[in-house]
Amino acid sequence: MDFILIILASGVATGTVLLYATVGEAFSERSGILNLGVEGMMLIGAMTAYKVSAATNNPWLGLLVAMFAAGAISQVHAFITITLQSDQVVSGLALNFLAIGISLVLGEGLTSLRDVVPSLPSFSIPVLVQIPILGRIFFTNQSVMVYLGFIFVPLAWYYINRTRPGLHLRAVGEYPAAADTLGIGVYSLRYFYVFVGGLLAGLGGATISLSISPGWFGALTTAGQGWIAIGLVIFAQWNPVRAAFGAYTFGALRRLVLDIQGPATLLGFANPFFYNPHNAFFLKMIPFAFTIVVLVIGSREANRKRIGTPSALGLPYIRGQRGL
Amino acid sequence: MTDTDMKKSASRFKLPFSVKIEPRVDDPPKWFSPMLSVIAVVFALLIGALVIWLGGGEPWKAYAHIARYSFGSVGVLSDTMVKAIPLMLVGLACSLAFRMKLWNIGAEGQFYLGAFGASMIVLLPVLPEDAPKWLFIITMIISGMLFGALWGFIPGFLKAKYNVNEIISTLMMNYIAIEWNNYFIYAVWSEGGFQMSRMFQRNAWLPRFSDLGKTIPFFRGLTTHMGLLFAIIAAVILWWILAKSQWGYEIRLIGDNPRAAEYAGVSIKKNVVLVMMLSGALAGLAGMSEITGVVHRLQGAISPGYGYTGIIIAWLAKLNPLAVILVSILFGALILAGREVQPSGIPTLIQGVIIVALIASDYFLRNRVSITRRMEE
Repeated sequence: MDFILIILASGVATGTVLLYATVGEAFSERSGILNLGVEGMMLIGAMTAYKVSAATNNPWLGLLVAMFAAGAISQVHAFITITLQSDQVVSGLALNFLAIGISLVLGEGLTSLRDVVPSLPSFSIPVLVQIPILGRIFFTNQSVMVYLGFIFVPLAWYYINRTRPGLHLRAVGEYPAAADTLGIGVYSLRYFYVFVGGLLAGLGGATISLSISPGWFGALTTAGQGWIAIGLVIFAQWNPVRAAFGAYTFGALRRLVLDIQGPATLLGFANPFFYNPHNAFFLKMIPFAFTIVVLVIGSREANRKRIGTPSALGLPYIRGQRGL
Repeated sequence: MTDTDMKKSASRFKLPFSVKIEPRVDDPPKWFSPMLSVIAVVFALLIGALVIWLGGGEPWKAYAHIARYSFGSVGVLSDTMVKAIPLMLVGLACSLAFRMKLWNIGAEGQFYLGAFGASMIVLLPVLPEDAPKWLFIITMIISGMLFGALWGFIPGFLKAKYNVNEIISTLMMNYIAIEWNNYFIYAVWSEGGFQMSRMFQRNAWLPRFSDLGKTIPFFRGLTTHMGLLFAIIAAVILWWILAKSQWGYEIRLIGDNPRAAEYAGVSIKKNVVLVMMLSGALAGLAGMSEITGVVHRLQGAISPGYGYTGIIIAWLAKLNPLAVILVSILFGALILAGREVQPSGIPTLIQGVIIVALIASDYFLRNRVSITRRMEE
């Protein structure tokens, strides 16, 4: 029981990284812009956060600068896809290469700073911590970023589904021509939400390097989580609450894969991953294989319910031209 | 920004000339697209220089270094070709899939599985140790391509059957492939506890130029191997398929206008699976040629991201198989000499800026920009 609680609790922490990145990408895709550069933007965020807090000794400043750095690099993609109307898939891949390259160059030498750079605080929430089971999982000695995530998800859901700007966001992604005739600035809103996607991807990256697994390990810092986030957006059907559910599940899975190698017996059986550590290579495949499974589930469900993809996703909007 | 917006802003600032942007009605001249690519690359190198300089490096030294250590002599040119061979094959793999707007980002994983398939012939072993060289080479090619094709088949099938986004699935397959190989390197074929297999016996090596060194002194020490021949043959076949055959026409039709293809009775699902498999097979062949021509054993980190560089190469070559060969040589140089450039992220960065500049430059293929002198009003 204790073992399961530990995995779930650290799963929530690990999943928080995915949570920010996934909701950020959901914002961008809701406005009609597919941004495949999440992995790169997260890496920019992780690198900037670590570098700035190493230089200033202030992790909060690092967090803030990281968000804006990732937001700034996202505007390269925005310019290419919105103003220049180029292919969103290729541009997103291009952004990845660019962002990963910049992170590796500017992150040179940061690895050796381990244990010197201040991290974001972790603490327990009084009162809530006493709730049985849930208190252990969600409110005991978690990073401040985890708690921010709890507040952020309902706010994001409310913003998208219940506010006027949220309505505009959805309109721009579903039927930009109609939104345009109503005087909604399609181009400016799309720029803005790609920027929001960048901010949140940067936040996710900063959460890794300043809190969840502090440090800078080059491209291994994010280790493909940006791609998992893009997969999760499809599973989440562009809904922040479902995104949170998916992100925490994935976080728990990632932790399970790491922690299951520890105990010598599992449920009374000899643990195959303890006696032969090489079997762990198969364990490491699980989160990636599971992403594919989740995609299959997500697209079958979307087919059945006839919901999902914002209609204008991936299509450039050219005022005065036929089409969406 | 639309045409009228541009005019408005131009008149507001009273520039001495006016810039007019309008969509192209006719195709641009033939030389225009390659020229644009060259300009994009030059522009990218300039931005790369700026970033290196900002990062505290010396850009011109870094570039001079790359040029000297990749094209400076026959010896290093040969090494450049060695790096270019896998790039050619993965570049071809990406070009084929991208032509159908099928985003196979999984060449990296298919490369690893191709390497696995080829190694299996020696290490399992499938063939006896003293089998003739030609038999080894043929079996390894088939096995490497089969495993690459298998790794392409899975996302292709999922795309055709369940409409699973192939970008994510091929990428996830990359991570799975690397762990798969790791298992065999660490657990099954590990030699003396090291994270690599034993060295292949010599009759499982691809022939190299240096093998001719005894008779023709010029070839002494040249490491370029037979994979170059595979790549060139593959490029010509692929060019023929895409440009001349009916299947190639179907692929191009699906890429340009899937709805029209469907009306014409072309099966999109079947082609998704087939193209994914052939694309995977080409990437697998890259892995096979790298293992048997260069590394001569199965080990980790056999690819410094060849599969991802293949994406850029395909795009830079405008998906033309013959152009892939030339572009790959340039990137081979970047990878070879880039290993010694500090900081180590610079080659990735330059690749990134190149592809960003390229995709941005597509704008000028679709739009016509005319700058005319403003008359006194």
